[in-house]
Amino acid sequence: MSPEIVPAASLIPADAPFPKAAKVALGMPQLRKNLAHATGTIRAKRANVAGELDDWEPLRDTAAAIKADVQHRLPELAVEFERNATAAGAHVHWARDAQEANAIAARIVREAGADEVVKVKSMATQEIELNEHFEAVGLKAFETDLAELIVQLAEDRPSHILVPAIHYNRTEIRDIFDQRMSDAPKGLTDEPAALAEAARQHLRRRFLSAKVAVSGANFAVAETGSLVVVESEGNGRMCLTMPQTLISIVGIEKLLPSFSDLEVFMQLLPRSSTGERMNPYTSVWTGAREGDGPQDVHVILLDNGRTGVLADEVGRQALSCIRCSACLNVCPVYERTGGHAYGHVYPGPIGAILAPQLEPGRHDDLPYASSLCGACYEVCPVKINIPEVLVHLRQQGPHQAGERAAMGGAKAVMARPRLWRAALKAARLGSMPWRRKGFLRRLPWPGSKWTVSRDLPVPPKEDFRDWWKERQR
Amino acid sequence: MSATPTAREEILARMRRALDGAGEAPVPPREYRRSLETGADITAMLIDRLVDYKANVHHGLASIAAALGDAQRVVVPADLPEDWRLGGAEFVPDTELSTADLDGMDAVLTGCAAAVAVSGTIMLDAGAAQGRRAITLVPDHHVVVVRRDQIVGHLAEALPMLDRTAPQTWISGPSATSDIELQRVEGVHGPRRLDVVLLED
Repeated sequence: MSPEIVPAASLIPADAPFPKAAKVALGMPQLRKNLAHATGTIRAKRANVAGELDDWEPLRDTAAAIKADVQHRLPELAVEFERNATAAGAHVHWARDAQEANAIAARIVREAGADEVVKVKSMATQEIELNEHFEAVGLKAFETDLAELIVQLAEDRPSHILVPAIHYNRTEIRDIFDQRMSDAPKGLTDEPAALAEAARQHLRRRFLSAKVAVSGANFAVAETGSLVVVESEGNGRMCLTMPQTLISIVGIEKLLPSFSDLEVFMQLLPRSSTGERMNPYTSVWTGAREGDGPQDVHVILLDNGRTGVLADEVGRQALSCIRCSACLNVCPVYERTGGHAYGHVYPGPIGAILAPQLEPGRHDDLPYASSLCGACYEVCPVKINIPEVLVHLRQQGPHQAGERAAMGGAKAVMARPRLWRAALKAARLGSMPWRRKGFLRRLPWPGSKWTVSRDLPVPPKEDFRDWWKERQR
Repeated sequence: MSATPTAREEILARMRRALDGAGEAPVPPREYRRSLETGADITAMLIDRLVDYKANVHHGLASIAAALGDAQRVVVPADLPEDWRLGGAEFVPDTELSTADLDGMDAVLTGCAAAVAVSGTIMLDAGAAQGRRAITLVPDHHVVVVRRDQIVGHLAEALPMLDRTAPQTWISGPSATSDIELQRVEGVHGPRRLDVVLLED
């Protein structure tokens, strides 16, 4: 008898502030072990294949510049995409927010005479909670990506952009299939190949009979009106090819000016995300093609807070993200807490700058979920300066009264040289008993607010001013 | 014109407002590589990548029969060259086959539009000898013929060879997943066996 399935998301409160949620996650040893193993594996693979290309840095520079250009020309590119996709037979819709996008998608499903859809893994549809909306209006959405299927069967929430079930190991996945998949084979082992086979059998009939599919897109090419979906398993190809009706929900930031720009992004994305030279399958389609694939093709261009991000000169670079998840895999914070603690569909470093911008006023604690070590910036294939945006958002965000008072006090002292010198002297004298140890573990309140999660270094015996004065003599 | 703006009008207006005073972004630099060093053995590199993906590689027209293995029924695009239909299998041209028909096929035999050595990628664009997307997806075994002149070193060289607005599938090895502990496992929903037949000029 396999153990009872306890979804991680049921233990880690989604609405709690990050420090609280993170503390719960840190107390789950199996979760931490699974994350450390998986992120360690992918880090090594990524470094290996990125290192193979001697033009990796020029590629990053170009990708960052193309994305900046797209942001500056967003209205014209969106209209160009709409014109070309429409000319190729697609129906292009616009959605201001999640509710509008979900309503349009549900209407299309109904008009197609269906009450269920198969889904390609898509961050945009997670962001707008399409599955939940569909369920509320009596439609069913079946996830077909292996990791999404695992999460859906476990009644859990995704914890990673690329591998939503990264927090489960093979044995736990076996248990989930065994207990929650009606047609799971008897005696299923935890061999990854056996688990993949079980998923194939489970979904095959559904793929071959589905009337409607819902997807996102990795890229939307303005010049041709084409959409691009990058995947591994073939579930994407199944959804994009077999049904009669296809609905793709695409964030407006996914636009690329021209088809040839794919020569940049399709080198960077697979190497950064799964650490492969190329992902097994990439599908490109432009409207509808007679006799080949869906004939009723819809594209929903989604805003849902993106134009708000666009308005922030520093913050808008977050819209360059191509959802590779390399920043999650190198982040020392993510590796220890996992994705659920962030309380948003975009976790990790990119989530820490995207979530508070997409939903202003919420997630203001996320820009602090970072040590500003900068590893995320180094691996980002589109060179988003995540630490810069984190600091920017910290400055913009709300500050507690205590912190404001402390900073106000510090400012008053620092603005008066004699006061500042006296304060330094007092600190040197006051910390004398700890000089040998070099740091203080605990300060009395209100200083304890600072030392609860940090050590306070003891001021040096001689400060720079004294040293300089001495040297001048 | 109605008083309430449509979603389209409103989103475009929001974009313009957000970009007010943002000016223009600089023209992107293009310092990256667009081809391999001259003299690189691109066929050897392609084979190396394909084998790494656990695809099987064969040489010459006659090896098509071996690549098909013991497949009994093989779907082919209606315009597949006659002299590629080698071996003892029954070759079924795709003239309005149903999904169920395709599901009953043991294999599919097609050509391709281009192949990229650096990443081991074979590209289909619904052109000559390739057929519609479903035929290379539903059967569990795909045999694809690549002519020497279709192999290029670099992705940037392959893109101009494609019909840009035709439905495309770029294939790099058989179906795989990395969703369990981030280890690559071959064989999920797409064809679990990929055989590549290389034709010399």
